[in-house]
Order: sequence, then structure tokens, then C-alpha cells
Amino acid sequence: MQNVEISIPTLNGWLLGYPVTYLFSNEKLKKATGVVSMQSLHIYKIYVTRYPYVTGTSVIAMKYKDGVIMASDTAGSYGSTLRYKSVERIKTVGDHTIIGASGEISDFQEIMRYLDELILYDKMWDDGNSLGPKEVHNYLNRIMYNRRNKFNPLYNSLVLGGVKNGQKYLGTVNMIGTHYEDDHLATGFGNHLARPILRSEWREDLTFEEAVKLIEKCLLVLLYRDRSSINKFQIAKITAEGTTIHPPYSLRTYWGFSHFQNPSKGAAGTW
Amino acid sequence: MRMVKMTDLPTKGGFSFDLCRRNEMLLKNGLQMPPFRKTGTTIVGLVFQDGVVLGADTRATEGPIVADKNCEKIHFMSPNIYCCGAGTAADTEAVTDMVSSQLQLHRYATGRESRVVTALTLLKSHLFNYQGHVSAALVLGGVDVTGPHLHTVYPHGSTDTLPFATMGSGSLAAMSVFESKYKEGLTREEGIELVAEAICAGIFNDLGSGSNVDVCVITKGKTEYLRNYQLPNPRTYISSKGYTFVKGQTEVLSTKITQIQQKVETRESGDAMEE
Repeated sequence: MQNVEISIPTLNGWLLGYPVTYLFSNEKLKKATGVVSMQSLHIYKIYVTRYPYVTGTSVIAMKYKDGVIMASDTAGSYGSTLRYKSVERIKTVGDHTIIGASGEISDFQEIMRYLDELILYDKMWDDGNSLGPKEVHNYLNRIMYNRRNKFNPLYNSLVLGGVKNGQKYLGTVNMIGTHYEDDHLATGFGNHLARPILRSEWREDLTFEEAVKLIEKCLLVLLYRDRSSINKFQIAKITAEGTTIHPPYSLRTYWGFSHFQNPSKGAAGTW
Repeated sequence: MRMVKMTDLPTKGGFSFDLCRRNEMLLKNGLQMPPFRKTGTTIVGLVFQDGVVLGADTRATEGPIVADKNCEKIHFMSPNIYCCGAGTAADTEAVTDMVSSQLQLHRYATGRESRVVTALTLLKSHLFNYQGHVSAALVLGGVDVTGPHLHTVYPHGSTDTLPFATMGSGSLAAMSVFESKYKEGLTREEGIELVAEAICAGIFNDLGSGSNVDVCVITKGKTEYLRNYQLPNPRTYISSKGYTFVKGQTEVLSTKITQIQQKVETRESGDAMEE
């Protein structure tokens, strides 16, 4: 029983999110237990997401007659550079939900990993039941809040929409764990520029065409007034029949106001 | 040799630095200076067929408190030029008053109606001189011999010439209305309605703006200042019959009467004013 190796679970695992164990040889055991389990924990380095690097801008979504419609642009900005122009920021989760994300793109990819795993395990039960948007939202909320409590947030604002058993659902959750549901939602700049329009013009019984027109109105304002948005949008819809994520397209912009012609004619030094 | 007797010199004018040390000590001990009274605002302007329409909300905030529920943010510059102001209330008030007086003097000197670019240049050079410390963000609009003009002026002194403009904390909500609904060649009624809609978007979606909508329509030869054009936040809970509180409505639990001291002691002290 001389050089037996013994492993001891430690509290470091709590911080990192997965179990961490250490191996020691027999003669070092006493010293090891003293250091690891009885004395205070020395934390040397923790890597947390403090600043986002590659980010997506707003997502807007609303309920309409047949389900939920969601839209975003396809830009991934690296600070002030427009680095990626074809980022899909809206994805499907299972049969009943679509999720749109703004904020750090890598953290969104991590979230998709968690959600795909969740759906997979659910499918493996093969019990005829499938996770709906409410359940996915709750799961996501727990993940986001627990990460925030460990000072290692997933730097995103997410919008989840779906239809299950005829019930439409639209909710949001963000990096500090704030979550709520509403008939129409937006993240980031969308809250300031798109929500006012939706608050005055949204109705319960919009048809798909009317809903697309309303969403395009909001997307156009965001295109004019949000510096990190681009003229390439994706619209996704989810109904009881299923999910459709449309291919990207552009909106027509108007720059022909007469006041934009020669603005400093009357006043020297104006733009 | 006669010694000059030391007497107190009569106080001259100038700044008294007596309290400076005490103020510094208070700040060091954690005193919070009261916040500036900011106008936390939505102000807008747009150019229509025959002139310009300016709009503003009427809430003035002091941090989280509403200081004035119905203040006037559309300031008079000259009979044909008006200016909406956002930012620190004192700054917008003072700077618009000052330029208004300067324009009046200029009118006397030239014998002509004031031009919007004159007001613009006076405002921007004053604000630039103070390097942004005069916290006034303005929407200046008017009609003069050269036509209708609309400008925005920023606290550091830069200006824009635009067909439609919004400023203040509610500017994004108002701008979303303008960007989706503005077109060239609006009629007077359409212009007023669009301005009122934009201000309402600011009032209902921004916490720094609220209460009522003020509108000002300026056309060639005529200006209409529509104070409280819309009142979308009425008080609905006042009892129209008034409130009466009868004696006995409040239950008296116990009564204790304490006499105020009748004796007053005075002490002789030198009259401080004598010297």
C-alpha cells in the first residue's frame, strides 16, 4: 500500500462548473488533505467574460395571428469593425421554439450547445412529449442566472418564441437573468427604437403580411439609427405547423430629402 | 512716529472665499451635491410645406423626481424663430434668453427681420466658447426671408441642418416615429399630427419625459404657439366635490398638554452690528 494514489474532490469545481479532483501519492496525502479541504481556498486565476468581442445587435420579435415572428440582421461586429456579414443570429430549438440572440456570438454558440443537448436528451426519452418554449425559457433562465451569480455571465440578450398546443409564447432573458414575457419584445437598441412603434401599432390579429410590414418598419428605423446594423435581415416565423427561417434580404432606404442636398447653404459649418 | 491703529477695513466687493474650506471638507466627508435640474426631455422639429413645426414635452426632472409638471421648453427667440431646449434647464433658459436679446438689438441695428442662421451662429459660438460646460442641446426652427430652416445645436457647439430632428432623452422614441412616417411636402395638419405623435412616443416610452405636448407652428408671417396642445395625462382621481375632513373622523387615542415655558431669559451681549 505504498505508492497508492488517492483522489480528493475539491471546491474548485464549484467555481469552474465541473468537478475537479486532484491525485496525490500516499506520502503526500496528509499534507494534501490539510491544504485542500481544511484550509482556505486560494484562487489564482478565473477566466470570465468581462467584455464581449464579436457582437450582434438588436433582435425584434412579436406575436401575430398564427404564431410568432422574429427578425434580426446578420452582422457580427468586432468592436467598431463589421467583421462578419452572414451570422445567423436566429436558430430553432426543438420543434416548438425559435431563439434569437444579441451580444457575444461565441456565448450564443455555447448556449446553442446547451439547448441542443437538452433537446437531444429529451428526444432520447422518446415519450411522445417534447419541450415547449416555456420550458426552454425556464431552462435558459436558470443557466443565465447561475452564471451571473458566479461572476461569469454569458454575455447575451435572448428572445425566445414558439407555439405549443395552440398557445403562442414570447419571452426574453438576458445576461443578468432578467426575464419576462410580452406580446412584442426587442433587445439592445431595439428597445429604444422599435418598442415605441410596436407599442402603438401592434394588434393581436395581425396577418403574416401585416406582421412582416410592421417588423420591416422597425428594422428600417434600426438600420438608419443603429450604427452596428447592416442592410441584410433575416425573418423567422414559427407557427403550429413548424418553423421557417427565410433567407436574408435587404430593405430599400430613402436618402432623397431635399434638406440633405447642400445642408450648409444657409449656415456655414453645419453638416 | 505714530502707530497706525488696526481697524476693520470696510468690506469691498468681490467673491468671499470664507466657505470654501468648509465646502471641501463636506465633499470629503461624503456630501452629495444636489443634482442639476435637467429637463430629461423629448423635443422635436420638422419642416413641412410652408414652414416648421416644433414640439416638446413639459416635464422637468431633478434626478428621479419631477420638479415641474408643466414647464415651457419652447423658448422665444424672435417673432419668427423659436427654440426648444433639452439638458440643464438653467442653461437652456439663459442661453436662449441671451441670444433672444442679442437678436433684438441686431434687429434695431439692421432694421430687418432676424434670420435663423443669425440665431444659430450666436448660439453655436457661445456654446463652443464654453467647451460643452453649458449643457444645452437645442432644436432651433424658424422662417425668414430665405425660407424655413430647422437646426439642431449640441452642447459642444456643433450644428446640423435637417428636415426633421429630435433631441433629449426621449429622442430615440420620437426619432422612430419620424423615421417611419416623415415624408416631404407635409401639410400643416399632417405636420402637427406627426409632431404630436412623436412627442407622445417620447412621453409614454421615456421616463425622463412626460405630462403634456406643446407645439409651435411657424410659417411666413405667422407664428402660433399652441401651449398644451395635447393633455394625454389627465388627473382622473380628484373628487369633484372636494374633500372635507370632519372633526371626529380621525380617532383620538390620547391627549397630553404641555405648557410652553413662560419665563424667557435674556443675556446682555455686545451689539455685533455696532462695529
